[in-house]
Amino acid sequence: MTSRPSLQAELERLEEIVRALEADELDLDRALGLFEEGIARLRGAREHLAAAELRLRQLGDAAGGGGAEVVDLDR
Amino acid sequence: MNLELPLERPAKAQRPFSVQEVVAGARQYLEQLPTVWVEGEISGFRVYRSGVWFFTLKDRVAQLSCVVFRREAERLRSQPADGLKVYAQGHLSVNAQRGQMQFVVDRLIPTSQGGFHAIRLEQARAALERDGLLAPERKRALPRFPRCIGVVTSPDGAAWSDVVAVVRRRWPGCELVLVGARVQGDEAPREIRRALALAQRCQGLDVLIVGRGGGSKEDLWAFNDEGVARAVAASRVPVISAVGHEVDVTLTDLVADVRAPTPSAAAEKAVPDRAEVVRQLASLGAHLGRSAGRRVETAGARLSRAALRMGAAVEHRVVVAGHFVATAAGRMTASCETRAATHRGRLERLGTALEALSPLAVLARGYAVARDASGRVLRRTADFPAGARFRLEVSDGEVRARAEAP
Repeated sequence: MTSRPSLQAELERLEEIVRALEADELDLDRALGLFEEGIARLRGAREHLAAAELRLRQLGDAAGGGGAEVVDLDR
Repeated sequence: MNLELPLERPAKAQRPFSVQEVVAGARQYLEQLPTVWVEGEISGFRVYRSGVWFFTLKDRVAQLSCVVFRREAERLRSQPADGLKVYAQGHLSVNAQRGQMQFVVDRLIPTSQGGFHAIRLEQARAALERDGLLAPERKRALPRFPRCIGVVTSPDGAAWSDVVAVVRRRWPGCELVLVGARVQGDEAPREIRRALALAQRCQGLDVLIVGRGGGSKEDLWAFNDEGVARAVAASRVPVISAVGHEVDVTLTDLVADVRAPTPSAAAEKAVPDRAEVVRQLASLGAHLGRSAGRRVETAGARLSRAALRMGAAVEHRVVVAGHFVATAAGRMTASCETRAATHRGRLERLGTALEALSPLAVLARGYAVARDASGRVLRRTADFPAGARFRLEVSDGEVRARAEAP
């Protein structure tokens, strides 16, 4: 997993930004800064949604015992 | 049994106990014993006018007087018939009037229709409840956008393929991890517990679906196993139960964070619909644009208002300045003109004076000036030798002339 924010984080921040912009109490500089951030968040969220195919895997006991082992499933 | 009656001999008078005292003591003692389940056959069932039920539970060698008080009788609803084999839950007590031990029943289940299972289920449920595992405040919210979903079910069952189909359709950008376990038969509880434990070690797991497709009550029994329920309750990620049935609720359903009637329904609860999220995102984007646009417009309007005010101020200043300049220019011109006029007068006067000084003016008065060829003014007679040529300058031109011998 990359360290970029999760879709949930992106959306929550986006909702926060829209609320802040609608509150109309910001100076223009801050508002434009937020708008730019909002656009970036929007792009981030879209990238999340554009994610590839569903990945199927199976979890089993690792050989030798103790750990868990993940194998890809062909489907 | 080593029964010690909780009675103390009346202290002062070493008198014997009264019957009432002995019976009350026995009752007090019996009533502190724990609730138990008893299996037996009902006989001599009768209902008193007060709504209280009486019957005897018996097996081949013993019998037990039973009473069901009105409150419990109302809850049990259907009256048992003589000869019915039942499990009865209750506690021992004493009927003081008759001096007879009796079993105070609060639950009654026929041994047919899985009655025994029902008892075990009831006991397990009570144990889970006692440990606080059924408390509503324990329920965790599911993540909105899971990236990795574990599924504890049979690798061969319909449940897995149902979950895969739903997730592929609704939320394809994630990962489904199958944690296989047999979901029916004697081995099922142990395998489900093991799978649940294994899933806890899976990195990045966001949510867990535990279940199987529909089946008979017996088929679903593994999900009523207390150990399975406790393993579900102990999961570090939220669990959705999906035991294929609508009517009965299993223990797994009770402890799970979310209950779904089928594996497909569990998958629908586990993931959002991507199309819906895309729409939501689009609406958020539009909102963002609108609110920012409005914000900029507001600022723009303020700016243009400010500019307008500024413009007006500048304009005013310009008008004032223009007026000033015009006035100044006017004044300047006027003064120039005055000065010019003065100069003109002076020039005219000077010109007149100059003119007056001009020899031409003298000539105009009738004088003439004699000059030789080089223009030198001839002033004495010596300047006019005989035969010398000279010019006479008069008011309107020159006259050539020659001096005569004297």
